[in-house]
Amino acid sequence: MSPAAKSPPAPLEAGRASSGRYSGWRLFLEGLTGQRGWSRAWAKAAPRPRYRVVIVGGGGHGLATAYYLAAEYGIRDVAVLERGPIGLGNVGRNTTIIRSNYFHPENIRFYEFSLKLWETLEQRLNFNAMVSQRGTLNLFHTEAQRDLFTRRANMMRLHGVDAEALSREEVKELVPLVDLNNGRYPVLGGFLQRRGGTVRHDAVAWGYARAASEAGADIIEHCEVTGIRREGARVSGVETTRGAIGAEIVCLAVAGHSSRLAAMVGLQLPIESHVLQAFVSEPLKPVLDVVLTYGAGHFYVSQSDKGGLVFGGAIDGYNSYGQRGTLPMAEEVAASAVTLLPGLARVRVLRQWGGVMDMSMDGSPIISKTPLEGLILNGGWCYGGFKAIPAGGLTTAHLIARDEPHPFASHLDLRRFAAGRTVDERGTGPFPYAH
Amino acid sequence: MLRIPCPWCGERDETEFRYRGDASRERPAGDAGLTAFTTYVYARENRCGWHLEWWLHVGGCRRLLKVLRHTLSHEIRAVGGPGDSLG
Amino acid sequence: MRGPGRIAPGLLTDATRPVGFRFDGRRMSGVAGDTLASALLANGVRVVGRSFKYHRPRGIVTAGPEEPCALIDVIGPDGREPNRLATTLALHQDLAAESQNRWPSLEYDVGSLSDLFARFLPAGFYYKTFMAPGWAWERVYEPLIRRAAGLGKLEAIVGDHADPAETLHEHADVLVVGAGAAGLAAAHRLGASGLRVLLAEQDVALGGGSLLDGRWDSWRAKVCAALRAFHHVRCLPRTTVLGAYGHGVFGALETLSPEESARFGGLRERLRIVRARRVVLATGALERLIAFPGNDTPGVMLAGAALKFLRHYGVAVGQRPAFFVNSDEAYETLFALLEAGIACAGVIEVREKSLAAERAHALGVEVHAASLVAAVSGRRGVRAVRIADLGGRHRRWLQADCLLISGGYSPVTSLASQLGAALNWREAIAAFAPDLAPAIGQVAGSARGVFGLAAAARDGERAAGAIAAELGRSPSGAGLAAELPPDTEATVMAALWEVPARGKAFVDLQNDVTSADVRLAAREGYEHVEHMKRFTTHGMGTDQGRIGALVGSAVLAQARGVPLAEVGLTKARPFLEPVPFAALAGAEVREHYKPKRRLPLHEWHESAGARFVPTGLWLRPLVYSPQPGWDAVLAEARAVRRSVGITDVSTLGKIDVQGPDAARFLDLIYANTFSTLKVGRARYGIMLREDGMLFDDGTTSRLAAEHFVVTTTTANAAAVLEHMEFHLQAVCPDLDVLLTDVGDQWAQFAVAGPRSREVVAGVCEGVDLSNESFPFMAAGHAVIAGIPGRLFRISFSGELAYEVAVPARSALAAWSALLEAGRPCDITPYGLDALNTLRIEKGHVTSAELNGNTSAGDLGLERLLKPHGDFIGRALSQRPGLAAPDRLQLVGVRPVDRTLPLRNGLQLLDPEGRAASLGYVTSATPSVELGSWVGLALVAGGRRRIGRRLTALSPVHGESTEIEITSSHMLDPENLRVRG
Repeated sequence: MSPAAKSPPAPLEAGRASSGRYSGWRLFLEGLTGQRGWSRAWAKAAPRPRYRVVIVGGGGHGLATAYYLAAEYGIRDVAVLERGPIGLGNVGRNTTIIRSNYFHPENIRFYEFSLKLWETLEQRLNFNAMVSQRGTLNLFHTEAQRDLFTRRANMMRLHGVDAEALSREEVKELVPLVDLNNGRYPVLGGFLQRRGGTVRHDAVAWGYARAASEAGADIIEHCEVTGIRREGARVSGVETTRGAIGAEIVCLAVAGHSSRLAAMVGLQLPIESHVLQAFVSEPLKPVLDVVLTYGAGHFYVSQSDKGGLVFGGAIDGYNSYGQRGTLPMAEEVAASAVTLLPGLARVRVLRQWGGVMDMSMDGSPIISKTPLEGLILNGGWCYGGFKAIPAGGLTTAHLIARDEPHPFASHLDLRRFAAGRTVDERGTGPFPYAH
Repeated sequence: MLRIPCPWCGERDETEFRYRGDASRERPAGDAGLTAFTTYVYARENRCGWHLEWWLHVGGCRRLLKVLRHTLSHEIRAVGGPGDSLG
Repeated sequence: MRGPGRIAPGLLTDATRPVGFRFDGRRMSGVAGDTLASALLANGVRVVGRSFKYHRPRGIVTAGPEEPCALIDVIGPDGREPNRLATTLALHQDLAAESQNRWPSLEYDVGSLSDLFARFLPAGFYYKTFMAPGWAWERVYEPLIRRAAGLGKLEAIVGDHADPAETLHEHADVLVVGAGAAGLAAAHRLGASGLRVLLAEQDVALGGGSLLDGRWDSWRAKVCAALRAFHHVRCLPRTTVLGAYGHGVFGALETLSPEESARFGGLRERLRIVRARRVVLATGALERLIAFPGNDTPGVMLAGAALKFLRHYGVAVGQRPAFFVNSDEAYETLFALLEAGIACAGVIEVREKSLAAERAHALGVEVHAASLVAAVSGRRGVRAVRIADLGGRHRRWLQADCLLISGGYSPVTSLASQLGAALNWREAIAAFAPDLAPAIGQVAGSARGVFGLAAAARDGERAAGAIAAELGRSPSGAGLAAELPPDTEATVMAALWEVPARGKAFVDLQNDVTSADVRLAAREGYEHVEHMKRFTTHGMGTDQGRIGALVGSAVLAQARGVPLAEVGLTKARPFLEPVPFAALAGAEVREHYKPKRRLPLHEWHESAGARFVPTGLWLRPLVYSPQPGWDAVLAEARAVRRSVGITDVSTLGKIDVQGPDAARFLDLIYANTFSTLKVGRARYGIMLREDGMLFDDGTTSRLAAEHFVVTTTTANAAAVLEHMEFHLQAVCPDLDVLLTDVGDQWAQFAVAGPRSREVVAGVCEGVDLSNESFPFMAAGHAVIAGIPGRLFRISFSGELAYEVAVPARSALAAWSALLEAGRPCDITPYGLDALNTLRIEKGHVTSAELNGNTSAGDLGLERLLKPHGDFIGRALSQRPGLAAPDRLQLVGVRPVDRTLPLRNGLQLLDPEGRAASLGYVTSATPSVELGSWVGLALVAGGRRRIGRRLTALSPVHGESTEIEITSSHMLDPENLRVRG
């Protein structure tokens, strides 16, 4: 077991400007004085010349790693460097889903660990990220799909993870909007993970940043890494737009851009960058309670607390660093939506956007040492990075602090590709554009 | 949406093509060994910039095209056949 | 009379055609050409809805798609459609509209209590509370928040409801976006130069700002007539360009008028996908609000909107308007209202003096210079406004029934910025203007800060000239610029974002974001404009906060003490206007969601009572019986084992491989050897991916020295062809090989069972089917029932079997002949389920086992890997991980208690060991011959465990069965039958 699972919440040690505790009572008191008493959620730190650990990337994984380093492993001499403002990469551009329904037992363990951390995250961080375990429901439309999902659900149950099979009628009861027959690929049933759900994505970045900052880490925004320094076979720091910063350990947590950073030390990764799109509709009064995935096309959807339907589809399928959505994908996703949920036909879609994914060659992430000593990689998240933030951060912190992989993340080592121990959930093979 | 100028069919929507990835890699000789093949199959430069890539025109002439495209702006600078060198 | 009402005929309305409608159940009347908004104003309606967070009464603020407040539900025959914009919704007879976000009624809304507690509910308050106890979020707080949030109500329309929808593909030399003065002039010049032009205008009429100035009527009429005369120019009113997608691709949404919609069978929208070589962005500028206390009071409206209501619909938005402005442009509304006979309460003007103020003064209007509006009285409608000096000190109250405000105009930059344009700060207009690369197109008119109709028109001509020259056309002008009514001389505007006064001053009217919220965001460190947006939700509504976007940024800049230019705007993403799912989806929905591939014999199967199952795009006969359950399936399978059956396997992929190097090529593609295959023989082959995993299997036959026919699995037919094409062209382009997909050309049937030889002999005259002349794995040309075709002696069922291939057009003749020949043996057609039963008994694999994670060794096929020579996947199949002893290997499974069933997806555990799974059942079926259920499974080190017992668990079904591991070859392991 990891330290996180057994130790009580670590005290948020002060020693720096604190935004104070958040609570309903304080909100009330502040209301009496015009809400003027709030201060910065996280300190806007300037870089110091040296840190024990420099984390490149102020997204979900980078900020979580910094937090767990400080809160779990007692390493507070940490800087998180972000080229822009924190939290505007994939942690702020995803469809906010959390779940732990995977085929591979190693993946089940890892993502379930993450789900457990989500369940107590808000109390730990003292930040309401609106972790909402409203259930994730995967529909199936063929017997082959049913068999695959049965196998997965059984494997989950053997690992103590919740999973249940739903009949057509139970699907309809849970999601009245579903057209079970839908003319082409009738819904045969579904598999539900009740503990899956959604989280308010921005709040995850902010909550971790605030907690990491209070625990002693420096969150340094607008500081772009332009080079990685090395001394012999070891990393020794980074060059940035705000000067050189020395470090014993440099951790890359820049999913979407891992290859660019790795190239600074001549490393080629088993990763391609691809764009995944997301969409949001106009806000509606509640019509959909669960996270729903269509099994006959690329489409998944949930309704946010604000009322908008948040949905997405497949990756665009060619290397891209542009955060732009495309029209064919919008058409395809909408066609799936109308087919499965015809009642949405007249609902309006507000926005589409894209996020740049690290698509790894086997569809699974990489939390690993690299050939350059002291350089740690947290990347390759494909489109599953958001749900993994707590576990990704904690296991990366473990790898940094203990110099060995966390037992729940040892299968994510970079050497698995050469060794033939890839973790390929879908069996797609080394074609990131097809995962 | 990309519009890819196929040398055989003219400019067509990306949806007519199937992407086949990085075209700068060359398959090693059969006896080149594990390391060479591991690099060929798994290692990617994954450049943010000009990227040489394969597109198979499955909805048209079924020819394999080599395309030089910018992965940020999506500008296409050159298109040719497998034997062409596009710089 | 106080309040709004119709006072004159409008440009777009036809007073002779009254249109009855209802709003919140009240009967009202408008006229043809009205929008719902203009009709509501004409009926004196001020309050049209309640706001998102504080449930404050809200009125109509704009006259276009940028409207933040006037969202309503439309109740139609198909159900309730939420969040329609009253300002763009064309009025039609019997339209039923309802205000939203209020309960029980618009007048008395319980939710408005939240307004009283607003001080405790600042931006992002929910991030700071509702955290304990942990379970309460899902059970208490969140349901409350969800119910309070959301705007309109969707009354689920399920069942056969499917609006027709249409997707059109457009090609043009130049797309001109916006048909105001600049866009019209540009389209005209481009048309005159012979270029194919598409002119998209979001409004129902072409003209934009020129519709608001009577002096421009004749110019506009002339240009529109000229455009109509160009056969290569097409004008698309009611068409909003939704987004720019690069490479000259744009998405545009056309909303049909009610009349046109009726003509096209209820079609509501058309999605037009435009491909253009260049674009002219003449998207105009949007008037923006000013943040001051009470700026959300019903009756506070943008000045430009009031002008539009007057000119387009003949509606005066009030009888005694006051103005609060900072530019000369805003006075145009005043002058128009005065001319229409409306008395004005006065102008509150931030500037000391201006030419427009002088003109107003000359017309007898009181202008309060260097003044601000510090408060508005009246909750359900403006009654009076409080005038203050620039320091916020009280001057006086001014009685008025509406307040027309203008904070200046911001160029509409979203499309330009999606196209990579840089946004530059322009002090003279206090706004950002875009700079577009000429290779993409031009920005023209007020969209790039060129204000004034004549100036905009000239700028449109300039832009068109530049594009025409770029596209190799003569830039000769049509000379329209000479006839332009001159622009009025104007005094420069003065930036004004916020009035320093106490009270809620909104920067986003839809999401109820106040300037205090923006300041709180800055205080808490959410100081980047994207952070502020996400923290406060500013700009995240259906209107994307357009009229307040820059105001929010300005408040943020002031709070941070940095220039506004440094704060900037949030990134504008598609879609520029909310677009219905139906319109995006087009016609490929529901039963047309994916094309249906039907077998050549689909009708025959149907008439024989087949139940079809969708597999990929195919519809395949599952079993020839309407009854669920195994009886019918097993009857079909039993017929194959005992006598003979026939099944349609036309879905298998078929690839014709020809050429001098065909054999060499197949040796590279397949893990086993094909160059040694004799002509007239077939061979089972496996191909790997380059990572060494199994990719596909099937039989390949050699029909001639340089002619092979490859069959693939149904699922991988397209992928295998692409795999082969890729490697032929990229890896071995020197090989002389031709690949042809012949999957649709050939129908193929398997005739299987101990009596299959008799049946096939009956249709293949003159062919000796004896083991000597046509042994197992023989293949060749044959004439089947008079049809030239092919005959293969291959077997998937494990019985003596043949596959017969004929050209698809002759499928029925061949099939019927086979049935006829099989009549004495009681030949039985069998479907996919029986096929599956037969192959599981025999231990043959399908995609359930070829799942992309299995190696040749895992499936016991390692003997097929050729020991010498290169093939795809050879190198990486030798990685250590693929030889690990604990890999999942293919085995057979049977329940120890032979009466118990198995199911796919059972996990297999060591009964004495730890709880970890050793593997799982991939395929299971009742056996027709072995007297129990049998299955295939992938088990860790499975072959070592043959003979051992394991526990099979399905926790989701609460099942546990003891099974024994067997060889995967459960039936006829010596393979005698196929050779029989």
